[in-house]
Amino acid sequence: MTAITYREACRQGLREALIRDPRVFLMGEDIGRYGGCYAVTKGLLDEFGEERIRDTPLSESAYVGAGIGAALAGMRPIVEIMTVNFSLLALDQIVNNAATIPHMSGGQFAIPLVLRIATGGGRRVAAQHSHSLEGWYAHIPGLKVLAPAVVEDARFMLAAALADPNPVLIFEHVMLYNIEAELDPAVSEVDIERAKVRREGDDVSLFGYGNGLVKALAAAEILAAEGIAAEVVDLRVLRPLDTATILKSVAKTRRVVIVDEGWKSGSLSAEIGMRIAEEGFFDLDAPLRRVCGAEVPMPYAPHLEDAALPQPQKIAAAARDLARPPKGSQ
Amino acid sequence: MSDFLMPALGADMEAGTVVEWRVEPGDRVRKGDIVAVVETQKGAIEVEIFDEGVVSEIVVPVGTKVPVGTLLARIGERVAPQPAAAPAAPPPPAPVVTTPRPVAAPAAPPPSVTVPAHAKVSPAARRRAAELGIDLAAIAGSGVDGAVTLADVEAMMARVAAVPAAAPTPARRTGFDPALMRRAIAAAMARSKREIPHYYLSHTIDLARARAWLEARNAQQTVTGRLLPAVLLLKASALALREVPQLNGTYVDEAFRPGEGIHVGWAISLRGGGLLAPAIRDTDKRPLPDLMAAMRDLVARTRSGGLRSSELTSPTITVTSLGDRGADSVVGIITPPQVALIGFGTIAVRPWIADGQVAPRPLVTASLAADHRASDGHLGALLLNAIARLLQEPETL
Repeated sequence: MTAITYREACRQGLREALIRDPRVFLMGEDIGRYGGCYAVTKGLLDEFGEERIRDTPLSESAYVGAGIGAALAGMRPIVEIMTVNFSLLALDQIVNNAATIPHMSGGQFAIPLVLRIATGGGRRVAAQHSHSLEGWYAHIPGLKVLAPAVVEDARFMLAAALADPNPVLIFEHVMLYNIEAELDPAVSEVDIERAKVRREGDDVSLFGYGNGLVKALAAAEILAAEGIAAEVVDLRVLRPLDTATILKSVAKTRRVVIVDEGWKSGSLSAEIGMRIAEEGFFDLDAPLRRVCGAEVPMPYAPHLEDAALPQPQKIAAAARDLARPPKGSQ
Repeated sequence: MSDFLMPALGADMEAGTVVEWRVEPGDRVRKGDIVAVVETQKGAIEVEIFDEGVVSEIVVPVGTKVPVGTLLARIGERVAPQPAAAPAAPPPPAPVVTTPRPVAAPAAPPPSVTVPAHAKVSPAARRRAAELGIDLAAIAGSGVDGAVTLADVEAMMARVAAVPAAAPTPARRTGFDPALMRRAIAAAMARSKREIPHYYLSHTIDLARARAWLEARNAQQTVTGRLLPAVLLLKASALALREVPQLNGTYVDEAFRPGEGIHVGWAISLRGGGLLAPAIRDTDKRPLPDLMAAMRDLVARTRSGGLRSSELTSPTITVTSLGDRGADSVVGIITPPQVALIGFGTIAVRPWIADGQVAPRPLVTASLAADHRASDGHLGALLLNAIARLLQEPETL
């Protein structure tokens, strides 16, 4: 058995969908001849042809709208948006149409649209290509929002998303495409309902998703060397949030660090923290802590970009202060 | 608008924990109402309020330990909205109004609040401590910002459980911690001996007449109506203080302040060790059966934890009676800031010379410990003599 990359896992998921269901087709900017700006769809045009692998004009509003129409008409479109920053051009289609039509039609129309959106920072492509706005979409009722952080989820979340009658947004973090892992041959599907404990621990819970999960796992390694057992929870599904799994971990460790590349103010991390405060308050043995993106447009300079993003050392420091408070901190 | 502050329930009290609120915002309170129960080193004390008005805000939640003087609750005006500029005139007792504030009027700035230095306790630690009946005040925090954590509570529980003699501590909301009370007594007594130049006097009193009168009276009473000798000693002491008011009061800021009324603090020992001396208000003015009832009530409430704040703060002198199983006499230590303590030893039949004959008589040795800054021995002797004289006329007590 050999390891495959996250990118390859995404491509295998797309291939499987295209082979299994003739209603499935792909749309997006440069996904055909160019193979996708992150090379996820490379080779698919040759295999499946222009009918099913469609390069679109540079108009997110137009082709996302076309995808919604196709879904309404019974197709199973998978639409790729190069980066979450560009998805703002399609915000009206996503929020005012995709999220609302099933509800406003009293359930007469389903919108089984899947949007694949690259997100996140770290690639030195500056403030118009590097943000983490998935928390905004997690605010919208009517949408499902997924954040595969491991190769297995990258491989299998797509099938579950296609099977869902609601519009589903899958956020692929740009720093994850090159990570490698072996797939468990016993696994052929994943759920898109539950968060998942990726590492067990008793001393502090680290909640993260996407590349934040990878950073949290790295932080857990640092902490383990110091004798602090961090539990790392992969949120996976950003909407609807799996509050039960979050609270279960809080009840176990009683200390919480939330990792989110998004900005703190009005963020997904704020929502998670508030749910813990509302429903898990009496389990807490320490204040809630967050390690989030610095509240600036993403800097271009590498050292500044690194400083603006959550990093394992920062996460470990936050967790350490909770699990082993410095003496004389009062 | 007035502020209800954490009272000092004793000269040595620095902080207290609110364990119960008896009022809610919107409730009307009157002078003397019990509004909260505060846990102190002396147990759970029912705290009265000395203002009138409507509770507008509970500032300190249940379970919080705060220093003396911390704002606990705000008491709002008891009148209908008035022009904001008008100074608050003393309003008549108005019908119950839950003061809606004038919205249109320019809002006055909120009164400045001294933020209480809350003891930090994690939510999990607070819940666990409540389950175990552990006093959070006794725990040093090791958590973030010095907060008490779950581990701190459980470590304290382990220490408590490790003490061999300690019975399992049931979870309880009221009552007191013997260790804390011992600490409180230690602090008060050490301060007394450090600061107060005591002088001591004693005087043996023949109780033959008093006992005879008491036995005759009790023979006509049901069991509950009977009086104990202690009530005579108490009343005689209070009446004697009318004659020697220089020993009834407090010594504060290098000056004696006469007590407003004679409120004897009656020393009551607790079964688990420790003692308290809550006040019996206007001891000198109350008839004997009333005093007897007050003593019984006070003993019961002291031992079960139901004392009121004013009972702890208002004594103007302390009287201690050692009772049947005591010793011949007591050489007492004054409770600061009071200036005197009257003690009675065990009443015992001993030889006594009366009318030139040696005769067996029930005797008691009355003693006085007094603050030499506030009075001299001559006054003290007058007091003991007055007590002796009054006890020869029991029917006048």
